[in-house]
Amino acid sequence: MIKIDLINFTPLSSFIGGLLIGLAVIIFFISTGRLVGVSGIANNLLTRSSNRLINALFVLGLILGPLIFMFFSKNPIPFIVTNSIPIIIIGGLLVGIGTKIGSGCTSGHGVSGISRLSIRSIIATMLFICSAIITVLLFSYVGLN
Amino acid sequence: MLQKLLVLISGIIFGLGLTISSMTNPDKVLSFLDVFGSWDPSLIFVMGGAILFTSPLLFFLKKNDNLILANEINLPKKNSIDKSLIIGSLLFGVGWGAVGFCPGPAISSIALLNPYSLIFILSLIAGFYLSNIIKL
Repeated sequence: MIKIDLINFTPLSSFIGGLLIGLAVIIFFISTGRLVGVSGIANNLLTRSSNRLINALFVLGLILGPLIFMFFSKNPIPFIVTNSIPIIIIGGLLVGIGTKIGSGCTSGHGVSGISRLSIRSIIATMLFICSAIITVLLFSYVGLN
Repeated sequence: MLQKLLVLISGIIFGLGLTISSMTNPDKVLSFLDVFGSWDPSLIFVMGGAILFTSPLLFFLKKNDNLILANEINLPKKNSIDKSLIIGSLLFGVGWGAVGFCPGPAISSIALLNPYSLIFILSLIAGFYLSNIIKL
């Protein structure tokens, strides 16, 4: 049985945010001929000297985005973390290892890959959403969240 | 120069999109993944909006590559469904479901100066390096 949380459901701001993410992917594609994948950009920034400035500028932009939002908006940006530090560390390690081995994350597979109808990305996205849903289910079952 | 400016603008717009859609908030992402609890489907609208915008324009730009500023279009060439894609994606999902952070929002949230973001980012980087010793 699925219960929708109507109080926190934000279809409009989510959709507008999604359109902006799409616009960013297109601007990146026009300027570099490549598609955005944040895990790949972050990893290449650390490990490869080619395109280092381009990758650094994109990461810098990612951090500037919320700062610009805070400058123009009176509302604080909500940020709630309920996990303990060991879980955050294990989670971070798994996200790092998984996106590297699986060549992509929510942006690279979920947005860029699905947008170009890549079968690899469609399968990757289904897999990581499913394993994430199961993880959340198990965590709430054992009382970790 | 124009290329670099556009990449910076692209990063800023991406970060703004994540902020406006509250994807920088791990709790919001976990509410989406909590399908069997109190489910917040907002993330579908984020991904849906992004794909609806990107997909047709990408199709158009691939056919009109004179509009691309770079010398060539460079898309991922692999199209096989291999063991690394499957295992990597499953592992990524476990980490995503444990914390509610994926790489983009985690990097953007550095702006909020929360120690949890920094701990996550350092672990993520450690994960990148650790993946080199895992052979599939």
